[in-house]
Amino acid sequence: MTDLTKLTLAEARDGLAKGDFTSRELTLQHLSAMEKGRELNSFIVETTDIALDMADKADEMIKAGRGTGMTGIPIAVKDLFCTKDVHSCAASHILDGFKPKYDSTVTANLWQDGAVMLGKTNMDEFAMGSSNETSYYGPVNNPWRATKKDGSLSENNYVPGGSSGGSVAAVAGHLALAATGSDTGGSIRQPAAFAGLVGLKPTYGRCSRWGMIAFASSLDQAGPITKTVRDAAIMMESMASYDDKDSTSVNRNVPNYEHALTGDIRGLKVGIPKEYRMDGMPEEIEKLWQQGIEWMKAAGAEIIDISLPHTKYALPTYYIVAPAEASSNLARYDGVKYGLRVEGDGLSGMYKNTRAAGFGDEVKRRILIGTYVLSAGYYDAYYLKAQKIRTLIAQDFAKAYEKVDVILTPTAPSPAFAMGEKSNDPIAMYLNDVFTVPASLAGLPAISVPAGLSADALPLGLQLIGRAFDEETMLRAADVLEHAAGFTAKPKIWWGEK
Amino acid sequence: MSVDKKTVAKIADLARIAVREDELEPLAAELNNILGWIEQLSEVNTEGVAPMTSVVEVALPWRADKVTDGGYRDEILANAPDSAHGFFTVPKVIE
Repeated sequence: MTDLTKLTLAEARDGLAKGDFTSRELTLQHLSAMEKGRELNSFIVETTDIALDMADKADEMIKAGRGTGMTGIPIAVKDLFCTKDVHSCAASHILDGFKPKYDSTVTANLWQDGAVMLGKTNMDEFAMGSSNETSYYGPVNNPWRATKKDGSLSENNYVPGGSSGGSVAAVAGHLALAATGSDTGGSIRQPAAFAGLVGLKPTYGRCSRWGMIAFASSLDQAGPITKTVRDAAIMMESMASYDDKDSTSVNRNVPNYEHALTGDIRGLKVGIPKEYRMDGMPEEIEKLWQQGIEWMKAAGAEIIDISLPHTKYALPTYYIVAPAEASSNLARYDGVKYGLRVEGDGLSGMYKNTRAAGFGDEVKRRILIGTYVLSAGYYDAYYLKAQKIRTLIAQDFAKAYEKVDVILTPTAPSPAFAMGEKSNDPIAMYLNDVFTVPASLAGLPAISVPAGLSADALPLGLQLIGRAFDEETMLRAADVLEHAAGFTAKPKIWWGEK
Repeated sequence: MSVDKKTVAKIADLARIAVREDELEPLAAELNNILGWIEQLSEVNTEGVAPMTSVVEVALPWRADKVTDGGYRDEILANAPDSAHGFFTVPKVIE
């Protein structure tokens, strides 16, 4: 039988509909790829029995003519999403053993449409990280490794980016056809770029956050991680919904995103923000960006130079807002309701010991920063100031969108780096998100598209940022960009041979 | 603004995270490194700018004030590290 793991989601959907293969066959091939791919450490839990059961139900749905774009598609689910009776711990020790009695709205939507759960993917603890090195379950290995000058593959492990590192490793390694991710400051887009994949963060409010383990509530959004833009469009439609259980989800019709992929961007106005041309940006990133501009121009788009003057303040603003929200969201982990409990001197001692043992270093660091910036006497100087700058950043974008339809930028300032390279320098790590954080702060949809290879043959991505709730125009542009780039490189398989 | 050992101990207490005495100094250094980097925000003029309260322009939805959920105590307790007689348990708090 042909290797079904190499299909795109759209190809698998069409093959299932035509009866070329069943979801059970498709699922079994992915389960076997997962077994061979354990060295990637992309999955924390493999839900083999659930997967086969869901696949059989999907095959019945298809046979009965009730199939949708996602029916029978084996996907990986980030451990941040609650899944009924299945390990859902956001890769943290403090949620040890937590098996929720409910599904997140996003996963419930996917199961409703007949998608198949292969397992829960590894991630940075509570989604706090840009390299997937902060997981309690160990780091994830990027399927991609640098190519040395002599043409051979590096022996070093490379980070997959983060925080949705397990999700991208699973898809890039062909262990899953697609995966869910979550993005607070770039956690879908940056890892997608590091793994040669498409990562879509929709407008804030497009997906329900109900049942997603909260990091920073005013920023968190779910989105798909896929092999192609078309796949992202199909999966996005299933994930998005209004939900009265999340008062920040928005009551708007979910369009058929795939219909937006017309291949025609003639006359589309593409903004190029000069502030994203940063000091010390590697030449290959600059070159790729320039190439992206040429591709858009060749497809008939109009290129317009724009200015987003507060760009350089986005990252420090984010590192006030996100830790502040995290410090209050993570107050719920107290050793009483779920997860880990470490006894101590009285109630307060139990809280303190539980949280000291349960949270990793990066999570503690952010809780402490968040507690500090919210504490009496510092609130105005830090948190209020940051929320004002956030308004200015959103206004920058609003002004730009008077002149343009989408904005084109690089996704990340570098390709994937070797494991351990940045783990001792928090600020160097934070800088990974320099191009993704501004759109997060403004709540705008953004997508990373694989566009080229670095000098040592690691994937590089370009980012398109759209108007609020105009994922369709953004996807249309992303589809054209993807085809112009013609990114077909695949990681050389180094895992699973032992 | 910079934090010293005493401040770190205080915020760790507020955050209910046990921190050993020998961890305070390195933590203060780490936090100062991050706070120093954040300091650049002070150069932005924010006079007359309203702080962001909602990232998308929507009015919060209204709903009827009625009970729509509940009645599954055992499911809620199922994940508790310790429970008794249908309640969560905590260490004794009254002398």
